[in-house]
Amino acid sequence: MTHISVTVDGTTYEDEVEPRLLLVHYLRDRLGLTGTPIGCDTSNCGACTVELDGASVKSCTVLAVQADGGEVTTVQGLARDGEWTALQCAFHERHALQCGYCTPGMIMAARDLLRENPHPTSDEVRKGLEGNLCRCTGYQNIVRAVLAVAEGETAPAGQAASAREVTA
Amino acid sequence: MIPPAFDYARPTSLDEAVRTLAEAGEDAKVLAGGQSLLPLLRLRLAFPELVVDVGRIPGLRGVREDGDTLVIGALTTHHEVIQDPLVRRHAGLLAHATETVADPAVRHRGTLGGSLAHADPAGDLPAVVLALEAELVAVGPGGRRTIPAREFFADYLQSTLAPDELLVEIRVPKRDGWGFHYEKFHRVAQSWAMVGVAALVRRDDGHIAEARIALTNMGATPLRAPAAEEALTGAGDAAAVARAAQSAAEGTRPSRDASASPEYRAHLARVLTKRAVLAATGMG
Repeated sequence: MTHISVTVDGTTYEDEVEPRLLLVHYLRDRLGLTGTPIGCDTSNCGACTVELDGASVKSCTVLAVQADGGEVTTVQGLARDGEWTALQCAFHERHALQCGYCTPGMIMAARDLLRENPHPTSDEVRKGLEGNLCRCTGYQNIVRAVLAVAEGETAPAGQAASAREVTA
Repeated sequence: MIPPAFDYARPTSLDEAVRTLAEAGEDAKVLAGGQSLLPLLRLRLAFPELVVDVGRIPGLRGVREDGDTLVIGALTTHHEVIQDPLVRRHAGLLAHATETVADPAVRHRGTLGGSLAHADPAGDLPAVVLALEAELVAVGPGGRRTIPAREFFADYLQSTLAPDELLVEIRVPKRDGWGFHYEKFHRVAQSWAMVGVAALVRRDDGHIAEARIALTNMGATPLRAPAAEEALTGAGDAAAVARAAQSAAEGTRPSRDASASPEYRAHLARVLTKRAVLAATGMG
């Protein structure tokens, strides 16, 4: 067992883990943060994308021991005081999901994309999200949602609030 | 999928890493960014007794100049390579080809040294360092050793690194003024190249004075295409490039797999060489 100290969504955890434990399993099985799903388990689909030390990573392709001393942000760490981020609101408003399985990874990858390129073209959004697969939407509304955030068309508060009531 | 159990070491210096590898012998695997090793472990295609995580050894990351050469630390991530102004200015082929590797999340973790040491003939960067005539520097118990790229790739997933050697830097000669392009063919975004072609071209008075062509996935190792390089010399228009590209697959023995037959790969090598050279020269 190897000792790790890792900060996840603002909380620091000290744990003993097997070296072979994947970060995604640590998040889900040890910390109970099941907002990050496991999709393909082959580094392809991007559903498990989280942020490690400020950059998007596929958490099925990082060992928990590699995150030792690091800071992880999952989709569950985005909202502040119950308020969704603009990206989360945009995904809801633009119907950028159907089954929702890819959504946590899409949002984490899109965050990364917008940080590097705050005003992407539609092609740049598609290129930036090429590591994330969605089998429902055909990507159209995902791209629209990301572009809406880039263009500053964030959600009216009322709509976001009603969405939270539905999911609560 | 859960990797098989292994012991884990995280050396904090190069000396300690080499010592750890020397003690472990053949049963150790080096972990850098993990973007090639972790998929192998998860699929249980590799069963190392010990994983040696070199990811935090200081001094192995970043790009610096050494006269006419760029020195790239083996732990420099793909993302850092793409962003680096020195690489973009003096080794544009490397920056351009690295942009096509996998996807942004993988490029944040994956390292240049790791992808070369992994020696996957379907990987994009082995062919690129072959075309650039880079040198790879390894450190082992006996000290430092410089290996020309053409002597680095031994066989499928095998480099000429000894088990107790660690790749520490990649030395890339500056190629200012050379045209470049990496053209690959793959089925979907982020899948392996069925075939890829790295082209590096020096022009003189509207003609190709010198061409370096390296092929991805046309054999068990990345390969140069000497017949095409020779035929391209002197080419001055698109038709001449197209004729020269016909010899791109000469001397290769590409594999057969679910994606392509050897004949189809040879066809791709010819077509992609033409496209890559036309893009590199601006003749297209």
